[in-house]
Amino acid sequence: MPESFILIPGRTSRQGTTLSEGKSTAGYIEEISTLQMAAEDMQRLELEDGDLVRVYNDVGEITVPCKAARGDELPPGLLFISYGDQSSRLMGGDTHGSGMPDSKGLDVFLEPATAPATAPTAAPTAAPTAAPTAPTSSESPE
Amino acid sequence: MSTPEPSNTAAPAAPASSSESSSELRVIEDATCTFCGCVCDDMVLTVEGNRITKAKNACVLGKAWFFNHHIEDRPEALIDGEPAGYDAAMDRAAEILLSAKFPLTYGLSDTTSEAQRVAVAITDWIGGIIDTTTSVCHGPSGIAFQGVGEVTCSLGEVKNRADYVIFWGGNPAESHPRHFTKYSLMPKGEFVPRGRKDRTAVLIDVRKTKSAKAVDHFLQVKPRRDFELAWALRALARGLELDESIEETTGIKLEKLHEIMDGMKRAKFGVILFGMGVTMTRGKHLNSEAILALARDMNQHTRWNAKPMRGHGNVTGADNVVTWSTGFPFGVHLGSGFPRFNPGEFTASDVLARGEADAALIIASDPMSNFSQPARDHLASIPSVVLDPKLSDTARTAAVAFTVSTYGINTGGTVYRMDDIPIPLRPAFESPFKSDLEILRGIESRIRQIQLADVSLDKSDETSADVA
Repeated sequence: MPESFILIPGRTSRQGTTLSEGKSTAGYIEEISTLQMAAEDMQRLELEDGDLVRVYNDVGEITVPCKAARGDELPPGLLFISYGDQSSRLMGGDTHGSGMPDSKGLDVFLEPATAPATAPTAAPTAAPTAAPTAPTSSESPE
Repeated sequence: MSTPEPSNTAAPAAPASSSESSSELRVIEDATCTFCGCVCDDMVLTVEGNRITKAKNACVLGKAWFFNHHIEDRPEALIDGEPAGYDAAMDRAAEILLSAKFPLTYGLSDTTSEAQRVAVAITDWIGGIIDTTTSVCHGPSGIAFQGVGEVTCSLGEVKNRADYVIFWGGNPAESHPRHFTKYSLMPKGEFVPRGRKDRTAVLIDVRKTKSAKAVDHFLQVKPRRDFELAWALRALARGLELDESIEETTGIKLEKLHEIMDGMKRAKFGVILFGMGVTMTRGKHLNSEAILALARDMNQHTRWNAKPMRGHGNVTGADNVVTWSTGFPFGVHLGSGFPRFNPGEFTASDVLARGEADAALIIASDPMSNFSQPARDHLASIPSVVLDPKLSDTARTAAVAFTVSTYGINTGGTVYRMDDIPIPLRPAFESPFKSDLEILRGIESRIRQIQLADVSLDKSDETSADVA
């Protein structure tokens, strides 16, 4: 059963260093394709570091490995992923007249997955549109 | 508007000549790092041949930048994926851009201001849209500046005066690693002689990032509640009463907000340094406006400023150049013969996602890997001209892809630090590849030759008709 979360894409040191090494390097691809979660959320969903999760909204979907965030960096209900090809697949084209798409604080659903729906590479391919199912919390995606 | 060639810009500093650079070890002092908006200009680079082997004073991001930009074995250019020379590629680029009805120029944050200036000129000659990565960075703050203004200062003033520093919606420890030590927290300044001991530091963020360890107060705001938090602090600044329910709204206890506001009022010189956690979240320019208005309001009590934490090396230069060329900072349409600014209408994400642009000139940016899927799909479907030192996803899909030298490492010029201070580059070694500036001048020159030839033909037609 999918649960609703708020996704924060952002910068990390490793994303910055591997970016200079090249976007096709294993380090960069791993960094932008790993989802960080609060340890409590992982425990509740019976997830372990490296398990695949499917994250989706009304724009697109990604299937990526997850790992526990350091210490108390993430509160429960919040997800983090380094900026890049994967996070952008969940970003809509509409900027609401601002020029800036909603790029942080994205409403998404998450559920454990078994196989990647989209290969975690930097190659741009069309992301399938997933129809969101009913959220399990009171805050539904827009 | 610049003339086609030669440009009247000052000649950029020349890199060490290739004859010097065989395997001789050289040291470049006061070199400039262009990875992030700090634009640190105290680098000491050791160069062996065509490779930087040491980068003293560089942070982890700077080291990765310097150590990974060496000369790659690639063709000068690709036309439809096939290797080509610069001349043929510039001819084809001019042809594509002149054939377009609604061309888009985009990127520009990782190149020199001299090149940015020529990109604006090209866009004007072809009647296109000029937009920069600002629109997906601090573009909302640019909109907010027009709404409420910006009480601002330089990072030098922050270093020498700031005794109360608020980081809001950013993680400088990872995105701008030397900001704390060079400007905002640790340095001893004229009016903060004990450095960190003379400063109070606050971090406001939805995540307890690495930056939280560096501050005195961490306020974990609820996601998408930055506006409400800024508005609550504005109310307290004005002495208004707030309900305890503000904790439910923002995640921060009222008592804590009072404590922070008391400290802000006691400060002699305060600054709010805000990041993309503010501009990329729902509310966007309204979030920036609220923070800028808070800084403005605080000047009823003491001196306060607000500054955006800018990202890529010369994104601030892009704002400056586009502004002094067109009157607006980004998202400018030049197709009507005069500049029109309208975020949402003339910004790259929008004109691509809506399928409007019919050609693109992309400089030093990789929208194919970080734009929305509809925008990427459209960009892949139109002819594009791409300038990049690396073979990016955007370069891979380009009709014409130029391999260019890397600014700051191979190419001189000017870069603006995040506080609008222009800084010269001191390149380390020569590249066999041309710079963005040289390629853009070549394209501009070709565009003007074709346009002027067309004008001459029109005139001769008119003369013939008159005679007849």
